[in-house]
Amino acid sequence: MYLEICQKYAPEKDNLIYILHDIQDTHPQHYISEEAVQVVSEYLKVPPNHIFGVLTFYTMYSTKPRGKNIIRLCESPPCYIKGSENILRKLKTQLGVETGETTKDGLFTLELCACLGVCGNAPVMMVNNDVYGDLTEEKVEDILARIARGNQ
Amino acid sequence: MKFFRSHVLVGINETSLQAGVQDFIKALRNELAKQNLQEEINVLETGPLGFFGRGVCLSVFPENVNYQDVKVEDVPELVEEHFLKGRPLSRLQLDSAGKFTPKFNYDKRIVLRNSGIIDPESIDEYIGAGGYEALEKALLQMKPADIIAEVKKSGLKGRGGAGFPTGVKWSFTAPLDAPQKYIVVNADEGEPGTFKDRLIMEGDPHQLLEGIMIAARAVGATKAWIYIRGEYKLCIERLQKAIAQCKEYGLLGKNILESGFDLDIDIRIGAGAYVCGEETALIESLEGNRGNPRWKPPFPGVKGLWQAPTVVNNVETLANVPFIIKNGADVYLSYGSEGCPGTKVYTILGDVAHPGLCEVDMGTTLRTIINEYAGGMKKGFRFKAALVGGAAGVFLPEKMLDVQMDFPHLNEYAAVLGSGAILVLNEHQSVVDMLWSILKFFRHESCGKCAPCRNGCQQLYRLITKIKKGNGTMEDVDLMVSIAQTMFSTSFCALGQSPIMAVRSAVDHFKDEFIEITKK
Repeated sequence: MYLEICQKYAPEKDNLIYILHDIQDTHPQHYISEEAVQVVSEYLKVPPNHIFGVLTFYTMYSTKPRGKNIIRLCESPPCYIKGSENILRKLKTQLGVETGETTKDGLFTLELCACLGVCGNAPVMMVNNDVYGDLTEEKVEDILARIARGNQ
Repeated sequence: MKFFRSHVLVGINETSLQAGVQDFIKALRNELAKQNLQEEINVLETGPLGFFGRGVCLSVFPENVNYQDVKVEDVPELVEEHFLKGRPLSRLQLDSAGKFTPKFNYDKRIVLRNSGIIDPESIDEYIGAGGYEALEKALLQMKPADIIAEVKKSGLKGRGGAGFPTGVKWSFTAPLDAPQKYIVVNADEGEPGTFKDRLIMEGDPHQLLEGIMIAARAVGATKAWIYIRGEYKLCIERLQKAIAQCKEYGLLGKNILESGFDLDIDIRIGAGAYVCGEETALIESLEGNRGNPRWKPPFPGVKGLWQAPTVVNNVETLANVPFIIKNGADVYLSYGSEGCPGTKVYTILGDVAHPGLCEVDMGTTLRTIINEYAGGMKKGFRFKAALVGGAAGVFLPEKMLDVQMDFPHLNEYAAVLGSGAILVLNEHQSVVDMLWSILKFFRHESCGKCAPCRNGCQQLYRLITKIKKGNGTMEDVDLMVSIAQTMFSTSFCALGQSPIMAVRSAVDHFKDEFIEITKK
């Protein structure tokens, strides 16, 4: 399966970031396993340590299995000043996890991230590919419930 | 050509898409048809409107009435009241008292002159607005050296941060004899509070493409890469569409406009690293490596991507180029201040009445920007400070409200201009707290290549956390300044050289706050 993804791209090192994105996006647990690193390494003829280095450098990649939906709450100054910490507290209690953890049912992973560039609507979070702005505690509850319903 | 009584501009952006803008437009069109107004009222989907409201936002021209948070349920009432009876629906207006309307200074805009007016997904509308005329001029009437001379004369300075003269940068690469040269567009906008490049790309993607084409012609590049952050889905989508349209119209590919000039533009998506906004780190990332900055010299203009001469320019910089070529440097020089021509795009956030974006002449004061373009402070709040330039920015106190915002006047703080983020704090907000958030950000984003930045960011965060908790002393504050100063002198790239600005400006201008908190 990993090889098939690799073969969509020319075997050149500058495609590494693309291949890793693709592998992670298509994996049900949104992460890049050691096995995947091996396959990519052989395909691109790049040592595994280089790939691991790239993987751990960029915040969008994960080397640990994650939940079905990935929540990324912005903690940069413009969101911070608009109360992102309260939103974080709400997310933690609502989901029953700490930052970086996945809920028991495997539905959500909670992460923090740097500025998403939607500061006009701070505080902001992304769930998978969707941006949610002007967050309030009630709104968070609503969003989580809606996503959970959609995943049933 | 049809004439309409009113034009309803609907802003399509990340926020409005999430609020269901597509359903809204459908409902609005249906309702207008039901009232038989479809020949009188034109509904246009466009990019950023110039203010940030909640949910779906509309601007209605020529009335210049702005609505926010409009929902599908509101459509019948809106159509009946505003479009049938001609009474703006105050309940949904941006400012329900109707006193403040965002200032749309379209006559004074350069890079955002089409934004919110044309459909960003249509090349015909861009051409209709005079687009690609500059390209035609650059390819058919000018020699590459003329283009560079014109840009040099215009005094255009890089809008990414450092403010390096663009024409001079190009002139390093142009004369080099190399089999391949590249243009790389830095669209990896990661500075907290900054999203002007996103608005430029969402609102008018073709203008950026035209700027790239002219730059490529000037330096002799045949391949351009737009390095854009993965989170900017809408920008990526619009740029992809725009590139496809250009190919179809023969504006990209081989022998463009039969001038013998070839160019391809490709989009590359980043993976979330602030440091990749640094040009050499960005190049490393493009090559499929960790985004660690490279040693300079050689500068990318001489040896960049795959060792080929590479010009790296910011989105806003390139978006200025078509205007300069089309109208000539002399017209461009009539914008802005002495020693710093042109305009600057700002995003105004925080406790102002109407957060928004504006494009104003270089040299406009902070006071004007806040009062005229953002409606002043939010009711009941007093101005305390503005964090200008995001995390790598400075705190400007009240006494600096009248400083001209341009490279010569902000001198030591000039690097903050690039980002164009203005975050306004009110008198209840703590500068110490903000500084904590900034230093936390730097601790996370330091790439770890050089020791001063790697260790310095950790220590700065440790000290500010101690101070924030009330356990610090004034010696800790001094130590913080001295560490940041050392980082400035010894760090490998601009990231490690940046924290000093926020640290020093906070300590210089808001010393009382530090004295207060360390006394506890």
